[in-house]
Amino acid sequence: MKKRRLIMRTTILIILAAAVVYTLYANLTKDNRMKVEVGKQAPDFALVDMNGEKHKLSDYKGQGVFLNFWGTWCKPCEAEMPYINNQFNHYKDQGVQVLAVNVSESELAVNQFAERKKLDFPIVIDTDGQVQTAYGINPLPATFLIDKDGKVVKYHTGTLTERTVREFMEKIKP
Amino acid sequence: MKEVKCECGHVNPHGTVLCEACGKVLDEQSQDKSLLDMRYEGSARRSQTYNKSIVDKIWNFFSSVKVGVWLIVITLVASAAGTILPQEMYIPPTMPAEEYYEDQYGWFGKLYYELGFNNLYSSWWYLVFIAMIGISLVICSLDRVVPLYKALKAQRVTRHEGFLKRQRVFGISKNVDENDILVVKQRLQAKRYHVREENGDLLAEKGRFSRWGPYVNHVGLIIFLIGGMLRFVPGMYIDKVLWLREGETKVVPETDGQYYVANEKFILENYDKEKENKAFEAAIDRAGMVVKNYQTNAVLYKRVGPAIPGEQPELEKVKEHQIRVNQPLKFEKFALYQVDYKLDELNTMSFSLTNKETGKTFGDVKISLYDPKPKYDLGNGYGVEVLSFFPDFEFAENGEPTTKSRIPNNPAFVFRMTSPEVPDGETSFVAIQQTIEPLGDNQYKMAFKGIETKNVTALTVRKDLTIWIIVLGGILFMIGVMQGAYWNHRRIWLQHKNGEIWISAHTNKNWYGLKREIESALSETKINIPDDQVQKETMDKESV
Repeated sequence: MKKRRLIMRTTILIILAAAVVYTLYANLTKDNRMKVEVGKQAPDFALVDMNGEKHKLSDYKGQGVFLNFWGTWCKPCEAEMPYINNQFNHYKDQGVQVLAVNVSESELAVNQFAERKKLDFPIVIDTDGQVQTAYGINPLPATFLIDKDGKVVKYHTGTLTERTVREFMEKIKP
Repeated sequence: MKEVKCECGHVNPHGTVLCEACGKVLDEQSQDKSLLDMRYEGSARRSQTYNKSIVDKIWNFFSSVKVGVWLIVITLVASAAGTILPQEMYIPPTMPAEEYYEDQYGWFGKLYYELGFNNLYSSWWYLVFIAMIGISLVICSLDRVVPLYKALKAQRVTRHEGFLKRQRVFGISKNVDENDILVVKQRLQAKRYHVREENGDLLAEKGRFSRWGPYVNHVGLIIFLIGGMLRFVPGMYIDKVLWLREGETKVVPETDGQYYVANEKFILENYDKEKENKAFEAAIDRAGMVVKNYQTNAVLYKRVGPAIPGEQPELEKVKEHQIRVNQPLKFEKFALYQVDYKLDELNTMSFSLTNKETGKTFGDVKISLYDPKPKYDLGNGYGVEVLSFFPDFEFAENGEPTTKSRIPNNPAFVFRMTSPEVPDGETSFVAIQQTIEPLGDNQYKMAFKGIETKNVTALTVRKDLTIWIIVLGGILFMIGVMQGAYWNHRRIWLQHKNGEIWISAHTNKNWYGLKREIESALSETKINIPDDQVQKETMDKESV
């Protein structure tokens, strides 16, 4: 009788506590729950670059992909572009690809920006925001490191220094 | 555990005040009271008597009604505090919350922000209080409903003298005809009492059902809370805003790219006193502009076949719908509601290439602000190149022109105008109401001609699978309230004691109704109408 009561009470309390803990956890993590998680497969996408060439993420299997989301008005994005360009030229023969996804700006603005900054890597425009939605982008700049198997290795938001860009590329070198 | 065996033979759990079966007073302290406390039938609320392990201690904490009431009071006060200043989600997005509260409300706003009251209703401690109320509800109810149910089930017809004479309504009659008892029994049955008989003693009972009201009510509340909790489970509840320009088609968020919606047109209508009933003329005059209708003419599309983000999807039209306030576009479990709008967002700007001296124009250029072309050829050696485009123009700190965002709120251009006279081109910076010629005087200018605008609509994307659970909780809550409020649990004991007829009665509410029923049942019999001992006591006091 006594034992049964203890078991009953303990079970009820555990069920209640589990419900409360889950609710709190779900509520407190809902704001920073990433759409794309580190260690998971990166969502595939296909966008056309400024030269009319199509880039599909899954076509880069076997290579590391440095995926950068940016806008021309975004100062930190602008600051890190030359570093990414330098490291791109250094690592492109070692199997690291850079894809720079512009967030729904006009072709003119993107082209002028690329010319001014002398960018060599492919730039694609996510005109209707589908890729941004798929990756849950906010805020800019956002960088995803994707390894040769298509898995997300790292997510970073905020300006990069030349050194971190190099470290990042080193990380995804196949 | 100690159990208490009553002289009637019934074994009661430890802590029982009144024997479950015969009602004899078992608790020493209640012995000398003239009236019994009938709450929970004097059953043993075990939590209050049994306190050993840590589990029991936690259980007992939540089982206390006093604790429950305090939890509710604290939560109420906190909820009220959250309404003093607007919550963060309602402040305009023009300023970071950190600055906004201090800027608008001074030191109090700063304090409010620092205490985290700007997001009070989703703060962890607020949720903990709500959760503790939920736990308190479950445990309080369980701890009371089980013993109460057992006590009411175990009650015998024949009750102990001490129980009977300590009831609020009590009376003794002598020389009663057995026939009278039969008459009373029949009258009580006619009043829908359920009458049980044992050795000539009677127990008439009705409305026991009413006693479960509070617990049904609590079950409803708990289901309600579970519904609220389920909103945090991914996929159960979605509440997103989608901004759509006229002519734009976008993927509906949270549909895995399955559905797309297009905004064909956004309409804002005002009441027009010419068209409305004359009776409203004065009201319309007084109020000025009164909006009659917010409407988005929307088209819903479904994607055909698989597509990966970024690729042009193949779309199939599902339906057209005019989304108005409270008339959402519904599909599957989703609904798109009209929630906001922005009128006249810039879409295109037109300029004429003009000779400044003669005023002669050499062709017009219409520039889309979402997709400007790098070059516009006007023929005959005239042309315009867009060297730079700033959709949301401002001067940066270093004096360079720059853009704040990608939305064309304040567009500005750097043009190179070529003409047969100046084949290498002249450079001109053109913004709204402003032209700068950075490389000296030009012969030509881009004369502003006009703009085209588009309306933008905002739709709420809503999916709520929890609503029916919340509705069910609410219905049970109300059933419980009605059950407890509109029915009374009434019991009348009519028993042979010491050759006399003792009559006692108890109800959980509405004593007047009970007494009236007894009076009419006993009328024209030799059984005396029992006294209301509470009323008698107060009358005695008053007469002294």
